[in-house]
Amino acid sequence: MANTIATTHPEAAHAHAHDEHVVLPQHRHHFETEEQQREAGSFGMWLFLLTEIMFFGGLFFAYLLYRNWYYPAFAVASNQLNVPEGAINTVVLISSGFCMALGVWAAEVKKKGFLVLMLVLTTFFGLVFLGIKADEYHEKYEKHHIPGASFSVSEFVNPPINVKTGKPDEEPIAPDMAQHTQLFFFLYFAMTGMHAFHMILGIGILFWLTWRAHKGEFSDGYVAPIENFGLYWHFVDIVWLFLFPLLYLINRHPLH
Amino acid sequence: MSAHIEHHDPANVVNPEHAEHHIVSPLEYTYVFAFLLLFTGVTVGAAYFNLGALNPILALAIASTKAVVVILFFMHVKYQSRLIKMTVGAGFFTFFVLIMMTMADYISRAWGTW
Repeated sequence: MANTIATTHPEAAHAHAHDEHVVLPQHRHHFETEEQQREAGSFGMWLFLLTEIMFFGGLFFAYLLYRNWYYPAFAVASNQLNVPEGAINTVVLISSGFCMALGVWAAEVKKKGFLVLMLVLTTFFGLVFLGIKADEYHEKYEKHHIPGASFSVSEFVNPPINVKTGKPDEEPIAPDMAQHTQLFFFLYFAMTGMHAFHMILGIGILFWLTWRAHKGEFSDGYVAPIENFGLYWHFVDIVWLFLFPLLYLINRHPLH
Repeated sequence: MSAHIEHHDPANVVNPEHAEHHIVSPLEYTYVFAFLLLFTGVTVGAAYFNLGALNPILALAIASTKAVVVILFFMHVKYQSRLIKMTVGAGFFTFFVLIMMTMADYISRAWGTW
């Protein structure tokens, strides 16, 4: 309390008879102002997100490196991914982020009903994303594109003939290079899987926040949990904004 | 809120309590949403044109632009205090340094032996 003694704060005179100067019950006495408390919360959340950048960054770097080493395998494997489903999922995730952003606004202006609606929509779009992702994983399972004992390189060694052109869509690659498509699919499952895991955790937290918002906890000036969860949810969006072009799109053009 | 500002201590410049709290409007969020949808379409469309080495560069440039817009508006960094802006910037800068140092290592492993 050394710094408060010299100030003109009225509460400094009775520093321990606290709470009478506090507007919100959530305002902790070790913060001078609500603004300071809020700032400290955002700062802490961002520090957590920086560790997340490093975590996903490592996966992205592994992808960059192996793509340069085994470029032919990565090109043909990347072209096996389902672009329409990936693109729809991008739109779904952006919509989810938009609803989350509107939810933060609703909490700021103390609109309880709209906040609950936006949190429900955020959850809904998140679940749609996971459903489409599950369908894509199932497609990989059916094509034997999951790395491991039942992985099949036949599609890369002997590409199927396209009935329209009478030629295969992809150039065949040598069997040893074709084995490296497993690395692509391993990284695909690791990266999209960790992303999906973050979304599953987020949806769990969303259920809890929606329940608390329904009880009116965030429509009375106390916005921090909604705001900080919003930061997390938007961060997960950003990871997908990079995953989608890097995994699905950057090798489409050589298709003959 | 205003009650606290009244007995705010101007000599206290260490605590980051000077940040004005700014509420981003739904209209602003709608512009960001439309921007993100538009550039998702652009990045999918561009992938089917053969631009050679420019394909991955363009894809990454679009993804980075979208990420910056999300960080500035959805994540409110544009309206945050300098402390938060510095924190975010420092994080991305550190990530950039780590990538560049690792890249320099891998590129120079077989230096002169090709």
